[in-house]
Amino acid sequence: MLECKNINSFYGKAHILNDLCMSVDAGTVVSLLGRNGAGKTTTIKSIMQMVVPKTGQVTFLDRDITGWPPHKVARMGLGYVPEERRIFTDLTILENLEVGRQPARDGSIEWTIEMLFEIFPNLKERRNNRGKELSGGEQQMLTIARTLMGNPKLLLLDEPSEGIAPVIVEQMAETILNLKAQGVTVLISEQNLHFARIVADRAVIIESGSLKFDGTFLDLDAQPEIQGAYLSV
Amino acid sequence: MSLLIAQFLTGLANAAALFLVASGLSLIFGVTRIVNFAHGSFYMLGAFIGYSLMQVLPGFFGFWSSVLLAGIAVGLIGVIVEMFVLRPIYKAPELFQLVATFGVILVIQDLTLMTWGAVDVLGPRVPGLKGVVRILGEPVPQYDLALIAITPFVLFALWYLITKTRVGILVRAATQDREMVGALGVNQAWLFTGVFFLGAALAGLGGAIQLPKGGADLLMDFNILAAIFVVVVIGGMGSLPGAYLAAVLISVLNVFGVSYIPQSTLVLMFVVMAVVLMVKPFGLLGREEVAGEHGQVGEPERPFKPAGKKGRIIVAALLLLLALLPVFGSSFAMVLVTDIIIFCLFAASLHFILGLGGLVSFGHAAYFGGGAYVAALLVSSAGTPMELAFLLAPLGACLAAVIIGWLCIRLTGVYFAMLTMAFAQLLWSLVYQWDEFTGGDDGLVDIWPSPWLAETEAYYYLTLIVGVGGIILLRHTAHTPFGYALRASRDSSRQAEATGIHTKRVQWAAFAFAGSMAGLAGALFVFSKGSIFPTELEIARSFDALIVVFLGGVKTLSGAVVGGATLELVKDYLTRFEYWRLILGVLIIVIVILAPDGIVGSLRKLGERTGLLREAEVSK
Repeated sequence: MLECKNINSFYGKAHILNDLCMSVDAGTVVSLLGRNGAGKTTTIKSIMQMVVPKTGQVTFLDRDITGWPPHKVARMGLGYVPEERRIFTDLTILENLEVGRQPARDGSIEWTIEMLFEIFPNLKERRNNRGKELSGGEQQMLTIARTLMGNPKLLLLDEPSEGIAPVIVEQMAETILNLKAQGVTVLISEQNLHFARIVADRAVIIESGSLKFDGTFLDLDAQPEIQGAYLSV
Repeated sequence: MSLLIAQFLTGLANAAALFLVASGLSLIFGVTRIVNFAHGSFYMLGAFIGYSLMQVLPGFFGFWSSVLLAGIAVGLIGVIVEMFVLRPIYKAPELFQLVATFGVILVIQDLTLMTWGAVDVLGPRVPGLKGVVRILGEPVPQYDLALIAITPFVLFALWYLITKTRVGILVRAATQDREMVGALGVNQAWLFTGVFFLGAALAGLGGAIQLPKGGADLLMDFNILAAIFVVVVIGGMGSLPGAYLAAVLISVLNVFGVSYIPQSTLVLMFVVMAVVLMVKPFGLLGREEVAGEHGQVGEPERPFKPAGKKGRIIVAALLLLLALLPVFGSSFAMVLVTDIIIFCLFAASLHFILGLGGLVSFGHAAYFGGGAYVAALLVSSAGTPMELAFLLAPLGACLAAVIIGWLCIRLTGVYFAMLTMAFAQLLWSLVYQWDEFTGGDDGLVDIWPSPWLAETEAYYYLTLIVGVGGIILLRHTAHTPFGYALRASRDSSRQAEATGIHTKRVQWAAFAFAGSMAGLAGALFVFSKGSIFPTELEIARSFDALIVVFLGGVKTLSGAVVGGATLELVKDYLTRFEYWRLILGVLIIVIVILAPDGIVGSLRKLGERTGLLREAEVSK
């Protein structure tokens, strides 16, 4: 469904992604693992074309989307959930959701505000509150709900478990499994191996912007040296 | 009592156009973060286009259709400006775009002159609304009442659009985080164009709707510019009800001011703004602007390093050339270079607070003109010897900067810029109106240097030594601990505070230092010309320096110097043509689009790409 072929991405002159290759199959949850600074966020931004890879290709649904403006990428069905949440703090929850709303695409679920409120009941209670009045966990829920309003076929989640309370992390895991059950494909960047193991079918490990491992968690368990080398356990 | 009410109504009616134009400016700034200097030009175009349409379309409906059509036409012109001038430079450093909009002002000025000629036109009376209504015995024009009635509807319609519709929600979201809005599938390019259309259309409407009360002339673009900035700032950037409130406040006070304290008219709104900003630093209904809230665009700042060996050799060679100019150059060349050096020192002093301090001052002419006036007044009123007056000029400018700086430094961003402009305007009107002391509009003449400096050549050397010395001093200061503290305060004021730097005090001191150096430039200026006029304190003078600093490249001091020299030379050459503004405007726009890092910044990048310059090291 999504494929990155030998992408090289830069921040200014700093070379972040180095010939990175990886892919995500439809209907699966893939976790992108790696240490701080391994290039996880840059990978996700490069898929969204918010950082345009200098060389290499990103294909989505068999179309080369490299160099497209991000809004077109989003309209193709890629839903981006940023690590820093970036909700619109002066807008209410309902207005935040409105910003994310896009027409349904064939083959994707058509999300309504009611359906999202079922998954995220907290948001329903506070629907007329402004973004800045929400707790960190609520903001995290909102940023996912907002992206779902665009009816994405593939959800890109950048470190959703970071900086939120353990209870919410559990809720987050449930939410992701719930989304998967509904047929949403997910690429989730994570540092937390435990969390990744719960939600994902496959692990992709990167280090210094290059692929180091790609396989199931069973494979990963069979190679403890990989865990030791590329993940902070 | 009845007179008071009638005056109040007049003020309310005057507020209509002011509100329309200011709300457009506020919208454009809110979403695109562009300080649109060309907004006054849109207003002027609205007036002229409306006027022409009214000649063709007769009657009551003809009038109102003309107003509407003028708005749409100006909106479309705004779209052209947005798509062809601004779109290529959205990624440039913040505030850089204002240089481009300054170019647009010049272009529109000459195009208007070409199309409508240099005559002032009088607006037509509105068919059906020509009479007056007696209110408590006082005559109030019917058209005024119509304007008073219309404005709240416009306010309501805009408010509804912004708060209740999807477009409005997207606009507000984009105001905070445009990249995120794009990542959610919204084509923000069209959102920007749409906002620009609306903003420009509102300015055009404002221009057309005031025709029966005012008319149209070629000065109205600059004349309204200060007023609408003041309205937007008093109301609070981005707040429409705030803009309405402020427009009413300013217009009503203005009417009363004209009747009761006629001397106040030039300065009244700036006094109101200064008072409001000191009590409410973000305007009546504005909210705090958090630095970096809108997502920093562009590359990170490059460290500002002491000159390398190669750089020093080039500068030394250039200085030697300048020192030998009297040997081979004509006296005309010496006068021209004298002008250039003075302007470069002025621009470099602005760069010191703008580039290094991150404080954008819109009123730097106050210290340039202020220094010049201090010297001139000392000579003309107190008979002070030239040498002493020359030395006291920067001190006088410094004193002004200390006082004004103390009041301004607590504000940040656009609010800081506007308050500095307000004080510059205050100083200007003081000089302009205090005839007996300052000569008012006639200026002060016969301020010549002492005999030993009177020759062109001697004065040229004085300028070269003092001017270049001043620029070197500014540059040197950037590399002292004080300069480091200033740059630290710019890049991260919180971190700087935590390291023990009193950021506000550092910025205050920098403001005063920059003011003194501008005053020094002013002193050089006044004795080279032998006269001084209030124009040297005008907003346009402040803008000159601002344009030069951005055009040259805000990240390097040499940018200000190169920019200053370029602009003076180009102006000297172009002013011989009839439509020189058009050429200069187009030139500025082209430079801005081709060299978004400024002249020096872009040359340096080009050099690095072609391998002529060593690449700056980048830490990972």
